[in-house]
Amino acid sequence: MKRRTQRVIKPLGIVPRPKPNGTRQPKPSIATSLALVQFAPTKGDIDANLAAIGDAFVALKRDRAPFPNVVVLPEACLSGYFVEGAVREVALTSDDLFNRLRRTAAKTLGASHPSFDIVAGFYEVDGGKLYNSALYATLGKDAAIRHVHRKLFLATYGVFDEERFVSRGRTIEAFDTPYGRAAILICEDACHSLSTTIAALRGAQILYIPSASPGRGLEDAEPANVRLWRDITRVAAAEHGIFIAYSGLLGFEGGKGFTGSSRLIGPFGDLRAEAPFDTPAILRVDVDPVDLAAARAALPMLGDLEANLAELTAMLDDEAALRPRPRQRPKPARRR
Amino acid sequence: MKTETGPRRNGATRQTKFRIVRPTSAPDDLRIDPVLVERWLVRFLRDELVVARNIEKAVVGISGGVDSAVVAFLCARALGPENVLGVRMPYATSSPTSAKHGRLVIEKTGIHDLLVDITAAVDGYLAREPDADAQRRGNVMARVRMIVLFDQSAKIGGLPIGTGNKSERMFGYFTWHGDDSPPINPIGDLFKTQVWALARHLGVPRAIVEKPATADLIRGQTDEDDLGVTYAQADRILSRLLSGHDVADIIASGFSEKDVTLVKRRVDATHWKRHLATTAMLSNTAINEFYLRPVDY
Repeated sequence: MKRRTQRVIKPLGIVPRPKPNGTRQPKPSIATSLALVQFAPTKGDIDANLAAIGDAFVALKRDRAPFPNVVVLPEACLSGYFVEGAVREVALTSDDLFNRLRRTAAKTLGASHPSFDIVAGFYEVDGGKLYNSALYATLGKDAAIRHVHRKLFLATYGVFDEERFVSRGRTIEAFDTPYGRAAILICEDACHSLSTTIAALRGAQILYIPSASPGRGLEDAEPANVRLWRDITRVAAAEHGIFIAYSGLLGFEGGKGFTGSSRLIGPFGDLRAEAPFDTPAILRVDVDPVDLAAARAALPMLGDLEANLAELTAMLDDEAALRPRPRQRPKPARRR
Repeated sequence: MKTETGPRRNGATRQTKFRIVRPTSAPDDLRIDPVLVERWLVRFLRDELVVARNIEKAVVGISGGVDSAVVAFLCARALGPENVLGVRMPYATSSPTSAKHGRLVIEKTGIHDLLVDITAAVDGYLAREPDADAQRRGNVMARVRMIVLFDQSAKIGGLPIGTGNKSERMFGYFTWHGDDSPPINPIGDLFKTQVWALARHLGVPRAIVEKPATADLIRGQTDEDDLGVTYAQADRILSRLLSGHDVADIIASGFSEKDVTLVKRRVDATHWKRHLATTAMLSNTAINEFYLRPVDY
């Protein structure tokens, strides 16, 4: 049974956008404006978490900058991450989540609010099967679900036990949005460079990573997992000449404290801006496609990858052939 | 180290001089950044008490030792000293030094002070158990102290905060359902030597940090005498065991076989103390076996 204690939703602070870097002036007419939102969800209370998302919308509406083009929310932010056997109780269909987000936007921003896109991590139910998913949708005019990514790499070690409670996704897709071609990877998905490789080869210009990373390793000035994620995202962005927008969950869940640190990485692997690891915040950053073209010309890692792809794929096939394959189900006999 | 890179034009060989580079210091398994740890644990206490449970007050048993001192300092910073009750619970045989250091913690933190002498409660039961040995008597004291802490929490609408450290927990050096009972523990994942480091950073008085650790259940008792190994050694051995090193590896890295074996034996003998009761399973809905819900759901 859900606890019914009142939970105060703290106001979300706006992290100031970084100053333009030298001669690379942002081009507002072209750039996509992102808002990476990090907050601590109320465990198992979808309505309270939608209200927190609504608070973020209001904070963005009141911000001095125009409303962002894309709002990015963390993994499992509609319910909290560690829900164990309660996944069934907090899982939503993607349609249900889409409709609830539309209602939240209309309620907090007004019925004729500007159109914007949203990325939101949630536990999904589809045909009775449960997934750790992220929705990409447009809200407002032309509202539509554009993509649902289901996490492939279900963390199941140490403190994690995802595979016990949800099924794994099977594909990594790139998809078109009003702001360019995008892909989503959820948390551990992005720890495997092959995942980012597939997303980039499929044409993604920006990779959204909703994440929930519990802090551990407190031997230096910031938790070790924050440093590790910064390194992973920087290397992945530079290797593929891609933008990476990482949005991290916050809050303590049963003693495990998540480490926000939402960040934008540029296509040179350059850290553009990062939110604190322990404070509710909205990181406002712009993504300029000109930077993508410059990076892919000056650091043509993705082009080099494509040039070697046939040999690399053959080597991967060789390795895969040496390993046990998933059990193949016999095809059902055709009815006569 | 020298290497030859082939003849030069004049026939002479060029020598490349290599500089051997090594880490400047050996990694310290137990290093913590006390500033970060304080920030982390203060946020933990606020989140787990105020945000998740809607409880603003904490109750801490103040023994005069470093563990409860650290927890009192953290609670005072997380909740404000006016929202923390420090309960001193001496028994007739408790050391006067513990009493003095307990008062010092109250004074330094500015938390509320309550003195509850548990002698009458403990002796009231033990009067019918004249043959109880020191261990049984110590367990009774620990459990009576928990009765006091939970009752005082109910009285003020607070929650008892645990003060057990990771070394004690790994050794099973505590009273089951006694000092491990509080529902929230900020220092349970810190080894004793890390608690000392945090205590120095928090400004816990030196007299408390530097004295030999003791459960103070028996006069003159110290933890290290009881355990048969120093915390400095034990924590490094524990850290390596928990990181997956086996006994042979740890001995090979320079620790004494006696110490490593002792630590391993204590850990292996006390897994049960780190769990709740073993419950007979009869159904497909057994609690914590099939029916799985997180503590904060």
